Amino acid sequence: MTTMTIAKAINEGLRATLNNNPRTLLMGEDIGPLGGVYRVTDGLIGEFGADRVVDTPLAESGIIGTAIGLALSGYLPVCEIQFDGFVFPGFNQITTQLAKMHSRSNGNLTVPVVIRIPYGGGIGSIEHHSESPEALFAHTAGLRIITPSNPHDAYWMIQQAVDCQDPVIVFEPKRRYWLKGEVDTESPGPSGDPFKAHVLREGTDATVVAYGPLVPVALAAAGAAAEDGRSVEVIDLRSISPIDFDTVTDSVKKTGRLIVAHEAPTFGGIGGEIAARVSERAFLSLEAPVIRVGGFHMPYPVAKVEEDYLPDIDRILEALDRALAY
Amino acid sequence: MGATHLPATEFDGTGVDDQLEAEAEAVLGAPDAPMVQLLGPDGAMGEDPVFSEYANRLDAEKLRGFYADMAAIRRFDQEATALQRQGQLALWVPLTGQEAAQIGSGRASQPQDYIFPTYREHGVALTRNVDLAELLRQFRGVSNGGWNPKDTNFHLYTLVLAAQTPHAVGYAMGIQRDQKLAAANATPGQPQEPKAAVMVYFGDGASSEGDVHESMVFASSYNAPVVFFCQNNHWAISVPSTVQTRVPLADRAKGYGFPGIRVDGNDVIAVHAVTEWALERAREGKSPVLIEAFTYRVGAHTTADDPTKYRGSEEEAQWRAKDPLERLEKYLRAEGLADDAFFAKVKADGDELAAYVRKTTHDLETPDIRTAFANTYAEAHPLVAEELAWFEEYSAGFADESETADVKAAEANTDGAANR
Repeated sequence: MTTMTIAKAINEGLRATLNNNPRTLLMGEDIGPLGGVYRVTDGLIGEFGADRVVDTPLAESGIIGTAIGLALSGYLPVCEIQFDGFVFPGFNQITTQLAKMHSRSNGNLTVPVVIRIPYGGGIGSIEHHSESPEALFAHTAGLRIITPSNPHDAYWMIQQAVDCQDPVIVFEPKRRYWLKGEVDTESPGPSGDPFKAHVLREGTDATVVAYGPLVPVALAAAGAAAEDGRSVEVIDLRSISPIDFDTVTDSVKKTGRLIVAHEAPTFGGIGGEIAARVSERAFLSLEAPVIRVGGFHMPYPVAKVEEDYLPDIDRILEALDRALAY
Repeated sequence: MGATHLPATEFDGTGVDDQLEAEAEAVLGAPDAPMVQLLGPDGAMGEDPVFSEYANRLDAEKLRGFYADMAAIRRFDQEATALQRQGQLALWVPLTGQEAAQIGSGRASQPQDYIFPTYREHGVALTRNVDLAELLRQFRGVSNGGWNPKDTNFHLYTLVLAAQTPHAVGYAMGIQRDQKLAAANATPGQPQEPKAAVMVYFGDGASSEGDVHESMVFASSYNAPVVFFCQNNHWAISVPSTVQTRVPLADRAKGYGFPGIRVDGNDVIAVHAVTEWALERAREGKSPVLIEAFTYRVGAHTTADDPTKYRGSEEEAQWRAKDPLERLEKYLRAEGLADDAFFAKVKADGDELAAYVRKTTHDLETPDIRTAFANTYAEAHPLVAEELAWFEEYSAGFADESETADVKAAEANTDGAANR
């Protein structure tokens, strides 16, 4: 067991997969000598060389498109997109090509490409650097989407993404890159299945589902609620596609109330999907409507007002109050 | 005599293109991508300081093979068009006019090369031994692919324009790494795997897509063993190539730092020579190459299109005079390399192929939607499993009803018979 930040954990996870599998290679802008704008690939080019840690031209469609070709020729590319808002020049390659290659080849071809996208706000940055576009990708069949919230998961999930035969997008919560935690590099433990949700805190009055950057917020809200005598269960979703509805539904059957929190706008978001599924699966267990806590229907606002936009402890507690009032 | 340098555009004299060319020349200087041509429309063979050597490698059998391939794929094209008109295909993408560009380039590839087509490369598919009936699966709506690319190294058709061009470069980067690894691990005296390259097809319309630019940047940055094969057939559905580019497309290669060659795309011998040269160069790791095959789509873009709305019959007639099959036939006859019996056999073979394709198309089975559930992901997926389970239960309910309906229908028939 060792303590490290999420950024370091991903770095170590990438190092492990580069060591374990000679066909793994990294691609992206500035990932070589600079080590990436967040230094997630720091030092890797020195250890593995420029053929396996590839500083690419500045072209997202080119990065994803050539990664598809490399995967078709038997390699396991891990692409880094520098920021969430910059993935869109590569959107066509991801949604029309990467997601569908296995299906349209009648299962004859696999494209095990991993795409890492630092996402979410809270770092006081300028436009296109703070978005949460995960629902746009989750709507596309053929992709898998995961998001770690702690260093242990970050270390293992990147390796599990590379091992997966399907394309996997790893949304990395950039404002948590410096969050420290323990990592067991010997065993993934309960993280063995990256597409399974984890119950991080048991409770009986309500369930809060969160993922990525909002998991620490949800845990803090549950802690604050406990001081008021309320027992809140917290689930780290971990996988956005597929979603582990069984874990969520089991929790709702126990608590009767559900709040889903994410940074992305609530309209058309992952929270709505979870609310709909839970109402189909556990309608009679619900004591209150499922309440979504998320961003507003606006482009991510300027940094000086992002604290009013981002769901925080109080917004989750307000939702909890509403749920408990039924 | 040097290379046959034809005008940069064969629309010279029509006015509009002359003006564009003149303007472009005023700004950029004369286009420096002369068109390589060996076999002229009159069936006479010319000389080229570089490419005649490649043409000289072709024996009579190979030349007759080129003709047979072009005739076969034209006959196939006619049959597929007819099948679409009869409602047996949802759509067809005709290739007539582009046979030399496709057969010449496809026959220059070697089995270890990997080919990324767009959606009109039926002739290239033939050269890669893809069962032509398999090509029709996509157009009949029974598959989004139809063949296993691993069997022939001929990738699936890609309908999103130019999306396959970065795939080709990535694949070439994979080959590059494989070759480096193989060289490092080579044992002296042991035979080595033949070197491979990738060839990717796209059209003059697709050349405007950003993916073409990005893929050429990547190809150049990493010196990937890839040949970009652009079939400039002059029309992107209804938009002429002059709207895509003000300079010969082959000239764009210079901007990326690798060779670009414009070849007469209706001259199968020149196309073959140029492509063989380019693929050899790519396999040896010398550089990527862009080939612009200057050709013409004689028919519609697809069977949903009406070319009479956007171009004149005079233009089509000009190009029909440069027909790739006719000029090779003239040459083969003049040189005594093929006789009437050969051409009769080619025609008979074409009819046989057409009959095979017709029958096979009619016999293509509609797949069960369960195969789509099975192929959405490579690994197990709970949502797909859940939806499949629901579908099975839902379908099972209908099965009960249809059985009941069958019984009722049978009873009704019996009643009817009794009443008669």
